[in-house]
Amino acid sequence: MHVFTDPDNFDAYVSGFLWILKLTGASAVCALVIGVLLAAMRVSPVPVLRGFGAAWVNIFRNTPLTLVIFFCYFGLYATLGLSLSQDLDLNIYWLGVIGLSTYTAAFVCEAVRSGINTVPTGQAEAARAIGLSFAQTLRIVVLPQAARSVIAPLGSVLIALCKNATIVGTIGLLESSNIMKDLINSNGDAVIVIFLVFAGTFAALLIPTGYFFGWLANRLAVKR
Amino acid sequence: MATGEPLIVLDSVNKWFGPLHVLDDVSLSVGRGEVVVVIGPSGSGKSTLCRTINRLEPINSGTITFNGRTLPAEGKALAKLRSEVGMVFQSFNLFAHKTILENVTLGPIKVRKDKPAAARERGLALLDRVGIANQADKYPAQLSGGQQQRAAIARALAMQPKAMLFDEPTSALDPEMVGEVLDVMTSLARDGMTMVVVTHEMGFARHAANRVIFMADGKLVEDAAPTEFFANPRSERAKDFLSKILTH
Repeated sequence: MHVFTDPDNFDAYVSGFLWILKLTGASAVCALVIGVLLAAMRVSPVPVLRGFGAAWVNIFRNTPLTLVIFFCYFGLYATLGLSLSQDLDLNIYWLGVIGLSTYTAAFVCEAVRSGINTVPTGQAEAARAIGLSFAQTLRIVVLPQAARSVIAPLGSVLIALCKNATIVGTIGLLESSNIMKDLINSNGDAVIVIFLVFAGTFAALLIPTGYFFGWLANRLAVKR
Repeated sequence: MATGEPLIVLDSVNKWFGPLHVLDDVSLSVGRGEVVVVIGPSGSGKSTLCRTINRLEPINSGTITFNGRTLPAEGKALAKLRSEVGMVFQSFNLFAHKTILENVTLGPIKVRKDKPAAARERGLALLDRVGIANQADKYPAQLSGGQQQRAAIARALAMQPKAMLFDEPTSALDPEMVGEVLDVMTSLARDGMTMVVVTHEMGFARHAANRVIFMADGKLVEDAAPTEFFANPRSERAKDFLSKILTH
């Protein structure tokens, strides 16, 4: 364990995981908002919106995340000149958030849409029959009932997002996987320990997340 | 009884589900305060007919007018129209995540923009009228089928509709609960509500309807007063249908 008792190494380890948490947090919020909107589009009666939602899902769900992240850096930043911060790290961070959110939103959309499909059509019909608009029907009647079946899959999406955040390392952010690579390079005698510590930290963060979402899904269950 | 211009008018309405012609050139008018019962064998298009009136089912050709206006396309105007037409479904369709009282007050608060306190008071009065005021704070799954359907009727009435559509309201109920729902419907009919009722309850058709419509294969086959229809059905299809259901 001598690797992690060195204060510099320990600080690097902590800052690597802090980047992961920040990437996950910001991307989760953006992806949730975009994903729910996309799901609403995909079940809407307007063909143009349905097409837009379907296109987004088909493009980003079927593109490797590495490509999406590379495009954010080499396309949006290096070629198109989109700079989101004067600070180099923060700029890469926000480019990473854009890529992760865009990609993850496609999965959120599909989780929400499959949840919507578990709500009996009669619920939406009854809502429309009393004069609620499409948006009101979705917001007041359908989505709250879809929550039960959406929460658990959304937990899986969040867990995947957290692990996917390491890919932002490929465009230069010193997040956990880059830190791990550095530590391994300079501590060839402790490769296994370093691996186990990093993998263990991810597990320690994510296993409780999974249980929390399972518990939440049960709490929000709707009786029929 | 019907007075003045009719409230609901269907003119040469056609609808297909793929190759299936579910509504075949159906024309029908329902006067204000009139109670029209629609009967016919399964698959005759009677439920579809009922659902076209508030455009839960769009039609392929023909026109439907409600209160003098052609049914609008999907959007704000249609939502407004639907708020004026109460609908009661075979499977109740109460909002499963809301209490009975919330089910009844949701429309008034969100669509009619009534004050919550006023909506609540009216909602409780309506629940009292259908005999389930003591169930107000329960969730739909905690009620019997008959109670749920009466709550669904109260939910529709809370919008102060100009007409009520009933799509086989008693078909999903245990036999001993059919009566309590029919009683509520009969009292509505007596109070002068305009009603279109798709049902297999011949007793209700006999004593509460002003007219009986008989449908078969998507066509409107007969349109007569109940006494006349049950005593002297004119078409072979209606004779056949009545002989099958009335001999038991």
